Amino acid sequence: MTVAELPMAAPAAASAPEATPRGLAMICYSGELEKTWAAMILASTAAAMGMPTKVFVTFWGLQTFVKPEKRITGKNWMQKMLSIMSRPGIGHRKLSKMNFLGMGPWMMFTLAKQYGVSKPADLLEAAAAMGVEFVPCQMTMDMFGLTREDLIDGMGEPVGAATYLSYVAEGSAPIFI
Amino acid sequence: MAADVQVDAKGLNCPMPIVKTAQAIKGLASGQLLEVLATDPGSVKDFAAWAKTTGNEMVEQTVDGSVFRFVMRKK
Repeated sequence: MTVAELPMAAPAAASAPEATPRGLAMICYSGELEKTWAAMILASTAAAMGMPTKVFVTFWGLQTFVKPEKRITGKNWMQKMLSIMSRPGIGHRKLSKMNFLGMGPWMMFTLAKQYGVSKPADLLEAAAAMGVEFVPCQMTMDMFGLTREDLIDGMGEPVGAATYLSYVAEGSAPIFI
Repeated sequence: MAADVQVDAKGLNCPMPIVKTAQAIKGLASGQLLEVLATDPGSVKDFAAWAKTTGNEMVEQTVDGSVFRFVMRKK
């Protein structure tokens, strides 16, 4: 097999970006498997690109960040019902379409393995190891009856929309997933 | 060109070749060379973009059959 030279991109100009690239301020809103996957791919890649990355975790997205061993969360019956109807944890995400009682996700994970695609849980671990800050939404925690103890270790202080928007106001690129 | 560290990302799909590269280059000193082997065809454009954004210099890019090889110098 011959080794071919690939065309090289034009060399970076003398004024190559020495400074830190623009940050990423993601909103992780959805708890659906395919969107969780996309969020974890972008968060880990942004960190790999050297972009200071913060992920504001809100609404259904926060269920993804509940410790895997937690089964029922919440204080009152409605909050408990929500966690029963939609099991929290990154390993229990459902597809928005074609979930078919878990058959859809099983096929997705089988295909992912076949094609060398990392699972959302592995991407989350890589993102956290590279310094991505996951920030829970205080309002969602209140509404779903979630405590800091319910959430995975290493998350930031719970904050609100104003703190998220301050990241954007300071120049980070917003992405909503 | 002999690299100081090699990352074998063969068989891994987006974004793991880039993630593993970013993790590996942390351990290098400025000026040292990192070699990455990958089979993801998307990695050709992705590594160029990664090098441009992070400021690390792409010094060699080759393809041997289905294996892409990138050599980058840490900034």
